[in-house]
Amino acid sequence: MTPATTTVEGVMRTTSVAPGATLDPESQELLQGLKSSGRAYDDACARLHALLLRAARFEVSRRRRGLSGAEADTIALEAADDALLAVLRRLDDFRGLSKLATWAYKFALYEAAVKVRRQTWRDRELPFEPEALGRFQAISPSPEEDVEVRERLGKIAAAMDDVLTPHQRRVLVALAVNGVPIDVLAERLSTTRGALYKTLHDARAKLRAHLEETS
Amino acid sequence: MEDANTNELLGRLLGPAGPEIGCDACFEELDRYVDLEVAGKDADAAVPGLRAHLEGCPACREEHESLLELVKSDES
Repeated sequence: MTPATTTVEGVMRTTSVAPGATLDPESQELLQGLKSSGRAYDDACARLHALLLRAARFEVSRRRRGLSGAEADTIALEAADDALLAVLRRLDDFRGLSKLATWAYKFALYEAAVKVRRQTWRDRELPFEPEALGRFQAISPSPEEDVEVRERLGKIAAAMDDVLTPHQRRVLVALAVNGVPIDVLAERLSTTRGALYKTLHDARAKLRAHLEETS
Repeated sequence: MEDANTNELLGRLLGPAGPEIGCDACFEELDRYVDLEVAGKDADAAVPGLRAHLEGCPACREEHESLLELVKSDES
């Protein structure tokens, strides 16, 4: 994408909008305030924070998983505060390809979701061994289960030992077998969600290729 | 884990078969994708590989579900 630069009337800084994109009036007004100064800037930041807090509370209420009301409130507020900083820092990246509120919401949802996942797992050891996979293999298939699916699972379990690197196996087991949230694993391994997903993606591709070769 | 069935486990182990984007690209495109969905437009054609990523990544899938619900609630 090669953004064209257009200047919204009254805005102190230029606003880069993607070719063909047009801002709706609400987005344009909020963006104008966020790129101004003084009272107008403060008012726009307050409006933005209210949007972010709404999104953060929405996410925390959906995913709270046993958190107390006080913990949920604290997480939502921290998520909104962190999202506000992220949105202001990246405001020049907004290209008008969505509404500004939608673009901003995703930062608050991300911050809230990550905080809830980490809080929920804060005192838990991460399972890196595929006990759950063994339990699945040990259980007799129920009548409605496809026996071929069960056999395929057995082949995958063997392939995990044969074709994956130790790191790929560890990541696959934690994420796909034991259900560890990717943000929790990323924090414990001092890496990022994106890097871990790349490892998961590569491990899955190896397993699929191996199954195809050996079928 | 206890209530998951083997088909779900198989899906989590093997992931989506088609081409998919990564988590960072998903985050960058998610707002555009959702606004297109809410507008009834072909979001999958506009952002190829994002739907497959949502199938393979539970965290991004949760955030997509939430953003879609939140934007829909704004529209109603």
